[in-house]
Amino acid sequence: MHLSPEVPLVWYLLLSAVLFCLGVVGFLIKRNLITVFMSIELMLNAVNLSFVTFAHQWHDVKGQIFVFFVMVVAAAEAAVGLAIIIAVFRARATLAVDRIDLMKL
Amino acid sequence: MHLILFIIFAALCLTGAVNLLFQKQPINSALSLIVVMTSLAVLYLLLGAEFLAAAQVIVYAGAIMVLFTFVVMLLNAGREERTLGSSAYRTVGFPAVAAILAVIATGFMKLQGFGDAGIQDHITSTADLSTVLFTRLLLPFEVTSVLILVAILGSVALARKGDAEGREPR
Repeated sequence: MHLSPEVPLVWYLLLSAVLFCLGVVGFLIKRNLITVFMSIELMLNAVNLSFVTFAHQWHDVKGQIFVFFVMVVAAAEAAVGLAIIIAVFRARATLAVDRIDLMKL
Repeated sequence: MHLILFIIFAALCLTGAVNLLFQKQPINSALSLIVVMTSLAVLYLLLGAEFLAAAQVIVYAGAIMVLFTFVVMLLNAGREERTLGSSAYRTVGFPAVAAILAVIATGFMKLQGFGDAGIQDHITSTADLSTVLFTRLLLPFEVTSVLILVAILGSVALARKGDAEGREPR
């Protein structure tokens, strides 16, 4: 156990890995379209945390710039994705991913 | 101090993420995702990224999650029905996730020269960030503003009432 008041940066990276995998698990087991989409946001956030950690380690501002762009793209993605979800709900009247299987083989 | 804050907010983060998985109501999942994002903002602050911490609260926990909760309420998304679905995710999915976690974690553990993070070392100020953003990366910055504009138009076009032939809604 590390008793100094400082935190090893690897812990941040491990936290981001665990969060990413929780996002993947959510993507696999959730059966609601909106919750599946939320799991994708969780994965994006986990990757952002590792970007910030690496930026801190190498004293490089580029990692934070990258997180900034990820946030912008995630905002655009959320807007378009939720619009698609609304359109799907209007067409199929359901949010259950098992019922939205038109393209399933 | 840093250690205590890290443990509190990392635990909050993980609890929120696990809660997201186990909640049946989408609105509860959305609220626990807000907890995850807000505690991530505190972790960014601990890592000296003050602008990103503010942007995380404003953009993610604010704007994006308001959008999510709004859609949950608009579509009246109720309890998610638990279907058996395909059993493929149990046989292939979970081992694959465990493998991904193991690979990423061992990769991170092998990294050399990783130091510790103190509470006040190396804070990236907003001025540092904006200097790079508005000089060397000006073109990507402007391109993302066009991307946002296209996303606004696209989401309005997708979500508005009316049929596929583009006729006006009644």
